[in-house]
Amino acid sequence: MSGPATLAEAADTLRTRMGQCFVGSRVVFRGHDLHAELGDIDWMDLFVFGITGRRYGVVPLRLLHAMWVQTSYPDARIWNNRVAALAGSARSTPGLGMSAALAMSEAQIYGGHPCVRAIDFLQQARRRVESGTPLAEVLRDELAQRRIYGYGRPINRIDERLPWLTALARELGLAAGPHLQIANEVEPLLVAHDPRLQMNYAALTAALAADLGFSAREFHHFQVPMLLAGMAPCFIEGSEREEGAVFPLSCEHLAYEGPAKRAWPALQRS
Amino acid sequence: MGERIHTRIWLEEPEPDNAFATRAAYCRGYDVYGEMLGRARWVEMLFLLFRGEAPGVAQADLLEALAVGLMNAGPRDPAVHAAMCAGVGGSTAAATLMAALAVGAGQHAGAREVFGAVQAFAACGTELAAWQRRFAAPPADVMGIWPESGHPPGFDPHGVTTPLPVQQTLAALAALADAIDEARHLRWLAANREALEVAAGRPLALSGVAAAAFADLGLTADQAEMLHLLLRLPGAAAHALEQRDAGHKQFPFFALELEDDPLGGRR
Repeated sequence: MSGPATLAEAADTLRTRMGQCFVGSRVVFRGHDLHAELGDIDWMDLFVFGITGRRYGVVPLRLLHAMWVQTSYPDARIWNNRVAALAGSARSTPGLGMSAALAMSEAQIYGGHPCVRAIDFLQQARRRVESGTPLAEVLRDELAQRRIYGYGRPINRIDERLPWLTALARELGLAAGPHLQIANEVEPLLVAHDPRLQMNYAALTAALAADLGFSAREFHHFQVPMLLAGMAPCFIEGSEREEGAVFPLSCEHLAYEGPAKRAWPALQRS
Repeated sequence: MGERIHTRIWLEEPEPDNAFATRAAYCRGYDVYGEMLGRARWVEMLFLLFRGEAPGVAQADLLEALAVGLMNAGPRDPAVHAAMCAGVGGSTAAATLMAALAVGAGQHAGAREVFGAVQAFAACGTELAAWQRRFAAPPADVMGIWPESGHPPGFDPHGVTTPLPVQQTLAALAALADAIDEARHLRWLAANREALEVAAGRPLALSGVAAAAFADLGLTADQAEMLHLLLRLPGAAAHALEQRDAGHKQFPFFALELEDDPLGGRR
């Protein structure tokens, strides 16, 4: 089947294995009764089950929770948080402020893109290393084509989250997986190439998630709300200040570097 | 003054008594409120913002015609559908437009498709053989936040023939592009559409026409992606407001066919 027949076949009824709300009676969530079977499980458990279709035990869930907790920074200078704060300051709504801040966290230099690139790279690197390619060669090949995400960090090269999350992973017995081992072995090789390229949170969380069996796309979904808990405080304080008093910009804050003043050409034409 | 925003777009001069109030604003050197207002067309300022210079009359005409062509994709369009979903539920106006943006951002009939199509025009230009090579061996895509797309950007994966509005838009925009010396993509596309469609194995989509127009306006793929998102919002907004007034009871809720119901479909 192809072309419009594909669309005609899909019209009006959506076949799904994900779930359904039988309004007034029950809800099915990936083949399970949401209230009877899943009603009192941990929210992270449900979230990850929704993404992967797999249930994780208490120990992995502690690590997954920690991945979110340890990067929840209520710092209104950080770009996504700043949007939440500005939304509060502008007297917009929390839903708008949070969703915009979350959506923009799927960014090139932090959040979504580095996370996806890091897990994709680590999974490919693991496959190649296991099939006999030296890691240095894997790195050379990758660097010849593109930068390696998960190493290096804007603003400051030291990532303060790493020792905490690593310590917890060790405590939980989840720090011995092959992806984390590769991630750790990559760091000195990259640092020798450029001292700024120390491991960052994207590589660590990607490696840990890969060792928990996450695919790259599953990890992509998992990381979407990762920065959310830091955003609400920024919005709230912004909304409690005087209106417009979060990082207000005066005319002097603009350093204009464009063309000199000139007459609008329509005036010349008329 | 320590922290500053560096811009080539905007100069503001303050009121003498308040550094946070504007006395005069200049866009790329032009006095917006003192001179442009009432004299500049909306598309002229749009072009000025993105390209840095005021457009010629023909460029402004082309951009305006493109904006009319993109303004409303109609309620069948997924981005408009998304906005209407926000409308019937009484979501905020901004959430309604955000819904349209999120869905209209994609690689199927969305802004990312236009981004890819403008890149294809930049790579292949007006050389049919280059397009044929690109269709036969698309550039390798590294995994990122965008899912893989299953069709060449600018063409309709479900299409059979080129819809009349696509042909009409292409003809109208190509005619306007005739008056722009450096514009070559629309005219070439109009002359080579059928050969290109054979090579792509699919009919041209409106996103492909839009991409050619953006390229003829000298816009980059990044700029085209932004403008495509922006220019499609009016229709989404109007349809969302209409459905909000009509109410959710008149809006389709559709049916699900649950394949793994633990009760086997019993309520």
